[in-house]
Amino acid sequence: MATAMILLPRTTIRAGDVVMIKAMISHPMETGFRRTDTGGEIPRNIIRQFSCRYAGEIVFSCNFHPAIAANPFLSFPVLAARSGPLEFVWRGDNGFLHREQAMLQVAAS
Amino acid sequence: MTGRAGRAFALAILLLGHALADDIPANQRLSGHDMMGAEAQAMQRDDFANPAMLAVKEGEALWKAAPGEGRPSCQSCHGDAAESMKGVAARYPARDASTGRAFDLPGQIQACQTGRQAVAPSARESAALLALEAYLSLQSRGMPLASPRARGLEDAVLRGEKLYRQRFGQLDLSCAQCHSQNWGRSLGGTRIPQAHPTGYPLFRMEWQAIGSLQRRFRNCMTGIRAEPFPAGAPEWVDLEIYLKERAADMAMDAPGVRP
Repeated sequence: MATAMILLPRTTIRAGDVVMIKAMISHPMETGFRRTDTGGEIPRNIIRQFSCRYAGEIVFSCNFHPAIAANPFLSFPVLAARSGPLEFVWRGDNGFLHREQAMLQVAAS
Repeated sequence: MTGRAGRAFALAILLLGHALADDIPANQRLSGHDMMGAEAQAMQRDDFANPAMLAVKEGEALWKAAPGEGRPSCQSCHGDAAESMKGVAARYPARDASTGRAFDLPGQIQACQTGRQAVAPSARESAALLALEAYLSLQSRGMPLASPRARGLEDAVLRGEKLYRQRFGQLDLSCAQCHSQNWGRSLGGTRIPQAHPTGYPLFRMEWQAIGSLQRRFRNCMTGIRAEPFPAGAPEWVDLEIYLKERAADMAMDAPGVRP
């Protein structure tokens, strides 16, 4: 079970503003290159892909690789147009899937 | 021969330092947070960049959830943690009135799980126990560590101090030799901290995970090639009590971030 945190700016957002979105998720990001004390392989267990949709449209996505640290923390800009839901999806090894939602409120100008 | 003489001299200095045995003066005490780099400090200050806050969020959910059908949740006895648990972590380890045994915070959580909730206790270092510990520690953030001596734990303080000054392992080192006598110096590229447990449980970048004070102790023990005590052993609790006496009145910064 993963835990994720989403942070949107706490200030009033107006149409046309570029806002920074922050997203962090708990995940071990096991590289697959490590071995146990007895030499056994520790299988790779990483997040492979992240995407963020804003009102249904993909505004940011990226692929993850084994060198990325545990609990990946992403920060990316989004051009605010109108109020709409932000949907975050993380997908990874062993069928890992985590979704989060947040509402981007854009004040009427 | 100079090398050998030098080593003998260094040993003599160490022994002398040990014999004098005066620890860091109160006004020179620094937490691990004070001694780490600006980037790591910024990571800890920002609750959103601090990965330990993920465990806090998980701990809050566990606090409120009943562990099973008809079993009480933590909250149903203790109420809102933001009120009832304020300052509690700063007073642990504490003596259990009925058994006379000193419990550290995870030990107390386990005791509650078996005694009050009648469920199998979460294992030491398990995600659930660390999460609850992180959530409770957050309620004491910024508060001074209470002196265990002032709370009637004098005997444990003395036992803990003995452990702190006892040499262990193939490297034959005591805690005090590094953390009291050589703090601030380099040990393989990292600075030796003063060993004030203000921020546990904390996210250690080296571990890439949140871990407890006992995990830190185990790391030090294996580092000096000594056999660590088993998880939850009373020796660890005594050592924690002594370290908290040594760090009394320092502000808690749990859940911390450390390199």
